[in-house]
Amino acid sequence: MNGSGTQLGVRRSTPWLFLAPYLVLFITFVAIPVVYGLWMSLHNWDQFLPEKPWVGLENYTQLFTPGSAKSAPFWSAMKATAIFTLFSVPLLVIIPLGIALLLNRRFPGRSFFRAVYFAPYVLGVAVVGILFRFMLDPNIGAFNYLLSKLGFAGDTPWTTALPWAWISLVGMTVWWTMGFNAVIYLAGLQDIDRQLYDAAEVDGASRWQRLRHVTVPGLRSVIVFVITVTLLASANMFGQAYLTTQGAPAEKTRTAIMFIAEEGFQDFHLGSAAAMSYVLALFLMALSAGVFFFFRDREEAR
Amino acid sequence: MEAATAGRVPGRRAGRRTSRETLRWIALILLTLLYVAPIVWMLLTAFKTEEESALTPPTLLPTEWSREALDTIFSTSSQTPVIRWFFNSMIAALGNGLLVLLTAAPAAYALARMEFRGKRLVFAGIVATLFVPPIIFLAPNYEIVEALGWLDTLPAVIFPLAASAFGVFFLRQFFIGLPKELEEAAILDGASRFQVFTRIVLPLARPALATLFTLTFLTNWNDFLWPLYVLFNPEHLTLSPGLGLLQGANATNYALLMAGGLVASIPVLIVFTFAQRYIIEGVSRSGIKG
Repeated sequence: MNGSGTQLGVRRSTPWLFLAPYLVLFITFVAIPVVYGLWMSLHNWDQFLPEKPWVGLENYTQLFTPGSAKSAPFWSAMKATAIFTLFSVPLLVIIPLGIALLLNRRFPGRSFFRAVYFAPYVLGVAVVGILFRFMLDPNIGAFNYLLSKLGFAGDTPWTTALPWAWISLVGMTVWWTMGFNAVIYLAGLQDIDRQLYDAAEVDGASRWQRLRHVTVPGLRSVIVFVITVTLLASANMFGQAYLTTQGAPAEKTRTAIMFIAEEGFQDFHLGSAAAMSYVLALFLMALSAGVFFFFRDREEAR
Repeated sequence: MEAATAGRVPGRRAGRRTSRETLRWIALILLTLLYVAPIVWMLLTAFKTEEESALTPPTLLPTEWSREALDTIFSTSSQTPVIRWFFNSMIAALGNGLLVLLTAAPAAYALARMEFRGKRLVFAGIVATLFVPPIIFLAPNYEIVEALGWLDTLPAVIFPLAASAFGVFFLRQFFIGLPKELEEAAILDGASRFQVFTRIVLPLARPALATLFTLTFLTNWNDFLWPLYVLFNPEHLTLSPGLGLLQGANATNYALLMAGGLVASIPVLIVFTFAQRYIIEGVSRSGIKG
């Protein structure tokens, strides 16, 4: 039995039979669309036109032509996505780590708290969106009422003016998704060898030093994972803005995804929407590659 | 274990430890309030009348537990048939979860345990799509679903979402972690790969399958962008786009909106309550650290 024995009983076709059902779905809805979307983006692909004429790179060049009808709103939407990502990602990387540390110890009720903090994540953006729309309503919402009770004016336009709309969108997203990141961190924390902490304590390391030199290095791959996943999720933000601020004020919180969806399904310019998707995707892939290499380069030889 | 550690601590540090414990509990309880309050607020508002839900200052409890909003929601003649959306969502999420298990599990097993030409390429191809931003698929999949004749039907929200790279990746990690000996013994005894898979591997993988099913169910139930644009007829919607429509039609009837939100939340909260262990423990077992 030298080796693994994995070859036993494998006919050449067997693996492919196991893979086939998945591959049918994968090819139809993942592999083909990646190429087909590119093809669409090179056409004037209006759903209701009988002809879908080839336009080459026009759908792309219009985005990079200042003054064209599409470029200003597209980049404004990209900027909205960037602002949201910039503020939500750090909060969603750091706060959940704090929560995970709070829960990373045996005490009565631990799994209860863990479940409560995770719970909003299962709610879905549609529920969270209308719930916050209600609570953040400038006139009758619970937030402004509570603020007025605390002695503030209580007339903050949470969903209709800046910077409040951003604070609302970031805040509700943190509320909604931080339990998910916390659970990932918690799993990572439990994989860290307890002896490392004991050794650090024997060496007289303070709590902060233990966090800095044991916890964070031990969580490195988990942190990279959390950052990447959160970056992509934030950059894909759609539902919160669609339901809660509805792009207000003056489309300032209309995110890239919102604009692409409007372009494709309200204006029926699927070709141009596909082109925008690729531009956005290139940004996102560059960003996640950046995160990957940034952390890889800093990894000590282990 | 904790008690033993605490026992070794000299008196002064024990005092600091106690105050830290107090702080921990204050933080835990404040966070709990932060998390529970909005959900309770939704629940309470769903039982208020439209007028009461818009009062300033708001009432905490409904002065009279009203069925107005829920009656509107469950009325079958409604322009916004929430109850129908509920069943549509149920069919879509269950179907999608099942389809993911049926397709991802055998694929993951082949990738975990079999050697064959092209394996690395297939796996790399699948994993690579984990990093492709999903927005890429919006326009082309719309066209593909249309070509299949699935626009405005439930298959549109069942099949495309089932091509889950995550599922394959997740289960492959789990299968790799299983001890090989049982499988090898069964193969020596003359079992086919398929028998090994269905009789040994799948039963052992039950927790991972439950986790994947639950996560898939939740993702599908909550998906918003895709169903918003591939389902149009109010009768054919699922709950997420339905709530969008409900908000569009009744922007300020918050009692009604919260009742809709409640109907959309209860199933997932129930699923979560019972499958909590699978969701949370499952993530730790299978490790994202691939």
